[in-house]
Amino acid sequence: MAAVICEDLTKIFRQGDAVIKALDHLGVTIEDGEFISLSGPSGSGKTTLLNAIGGLDQPDSGHITIGGQRIDQLPKARLADMRLHNIGFVFQSYNLIPVLSARENVEFVMQVQGITPKERREKSAAILREVGLEGMEDRRPGELSGGQQQRVAVARAIVSEPALVLADEPTANLDSETMAQLMDLFVKLNEHHRVTFVIATHDQRVMNYTKRRIHLKDGRIVSDEV
Amino acid sequence: MVFSNILLVFMIGLQFDTYQLMIDNTLRVFTGHIQLQAPGYLDEPGIRKTLPDIQALAEDVRANISGVDVSARATGFALASSEERSYGIQVVGVQPQYEAKVSTLAGLITAGRYLQQGDTNATVIGKILARNLKIGVGEELTILGSGRDGSMAADVLTVVGIFESNMPEMDRSLALMPLERFQNVFFMEGRGHTVVIRAGEFSLVDSKAAQLRQRYGAAANRVVLHWDELKPGLRQAIQADMASAWFMYAVLIVLVAFSVMNTQLMSVLERTREFGMIMALGLRPGRLVRLVLLETAVIASIGLLLGVLLGGGLNLVLSHTGFAYPGMEEMAQRFNLPNRIFPEVTLFTVLLGPGIVFAASMLASLYPALRVKFLQPIAAMKAV
Repeated sequence: MAAVICEDLTKIFRQGDAVIKALDHLGVTIEDGEFISLSGPSGSGKTTLLNAIGGLDQPDSGHITIGGQRIDQLPKARLADMRLHNIGFVFQSYNLIPVLSARENVEFVMQVQGITPKERREKSAAILREVGLEGMEDRRPGELSGGQQQRVAVARAIVSEPALVLADEPTANLDSETMAQLMDLFVKLNEHHRVTFVIATHDQRVMNYTKRRIHLKDGRIVSDEV
Repeated sequence: MVFSNILLVFMIGLQFDTYQLMIDNTLRVFTGHIQLQAPGYLDEPGIRKTLPDIQALAEDVRANISGVDVSARATGFALASSEERSYGIQVVGVQPQYEAKVSTLAGLITAGRYLQQGDTNATVIGKILARNLKIGVGEELTILGSGRDGSMAADVLTVVGIFESNMPEMDRSLALMPLERFQNVFFMEGRGHTVVIRAGEFSLVDSKAAQLRQRYGAAANRVVLHWDELKPGLRQAIQADMASAWFMYAVLIVLVAFSVMNTQLMSVLERTREFGMIMALGLRPGRLVRLVLLETAVIASIGLLLGVLLGGGLNLVLSHTGFAYPGMEEMAQRFNLPNRIFPEVTLFTVLLGPGIVFAASMLASLYPALRVKFLQPIAAMKAV
């Protein structure tokens, strides 16, 4: 079954008199368990497409179906539920809650899901160990390096075992070694847990890790290579 | 919020006791809390609108209604003359041994003494009347009026005392004399006009009025009148004062509500990025709205609790020790009235102000909460 189907998506931004077509009748199908990179120059529509798939932004026209359900017509509360249970986000700027520790940041999504404190504690400890942050559970984001913060963000995105992870420039602020460690982790999660990854990136090294590479320009797909 | 709640509890407690004091002080001078009268006497007092055997009626009230002071009166109008001058006055026949318990005039004697049981041709008159007639204690006062049967009523009384109520109308035109003498002079045949009743405590007035209506209200020749029927202007004056006081409270409450709204709005704006982020992670907007409302509820509850505890505690202490503002004792002494205010401490007076502040705070937090509800995650995450 296809994880994500985007049909004829259009999104237009207006800045004064200028009209920017972020998505221009774009269509793409992402199968369950795929490992995909979205590349293209700035303004090509990578982030807009990720936001639309994640239900964070509404397309002006077109349809998005995830797991057989149209999401472009869902009310905000149902979209929130869909994100909570099916999608993990990794942002370029980590977006951790600064007043919470690494463990609390990871547990936050599970807490919203209503998982018991004991189970939350066990799962967060396991996932932080898996991303290499054992012993740093009680540190706050300000006490962690950029790479460590991004690992916490990844741990938060995958701890509730979503079917789809959307990552927007996840390695942009990381050094080469940390980037490689993070991508190895993504590959492992994709291969072992069949988590679908869609990663927006400029970085050729990141693209080299992915099995399918979609290149965007002016809101359209200009190449789609497997 | 805590300060405003304490202030509201204190002011409302003080206000309610002040009104009670104002009513009681006005009524205790002469009117009493409740009166028995003949029907129509209140609107058009006339010497023929009487209650028969008034002293027996007053005695019956004394015997059957516990915890009240009772005095019978008869009232007529007469021309009062001294050797030099004459003035139209109101002459009231009273029971000296009971009258002092329903009226403060006995305590306002500035010269001579008040009427006593056994007095026959004695009278007590107001200070302005004495001055106008140019008479003093021990001098004679001639009264000339119309009796109940239409014949002429005349008597010569000796002034035994002069009172100063500081109410010009009373001091200018009121003379008190023994009831039995009055009944003889004005041919009343044992009749009178009012039985004045004073409840032991002001809070008991309504229940005593109900008892009196049950026992005496059924008869066609008499009515039981509550103080607000006897002095309707008093209630209106209090309502007018209450309206102005509530306007002041409303300003205070609106100020608190705006400060809560401002605080919550700033708190929401400062956390816009975090709110956008956790909405992106899957938190429903409705839960964030509840979070903002819950925060306000916690703040307002702490304010309510501290306001009620501190304000209520303050009023509780003052309800025992009393409260007087500068000059109050001097003024009270002049009018023969209580010299301290004792704030009223009831659930109503303690919870009313803080309760309204709580509700206004919750209402004020709706705007910040609704701002959260309509946040767009992507736009919110870009907020600085």
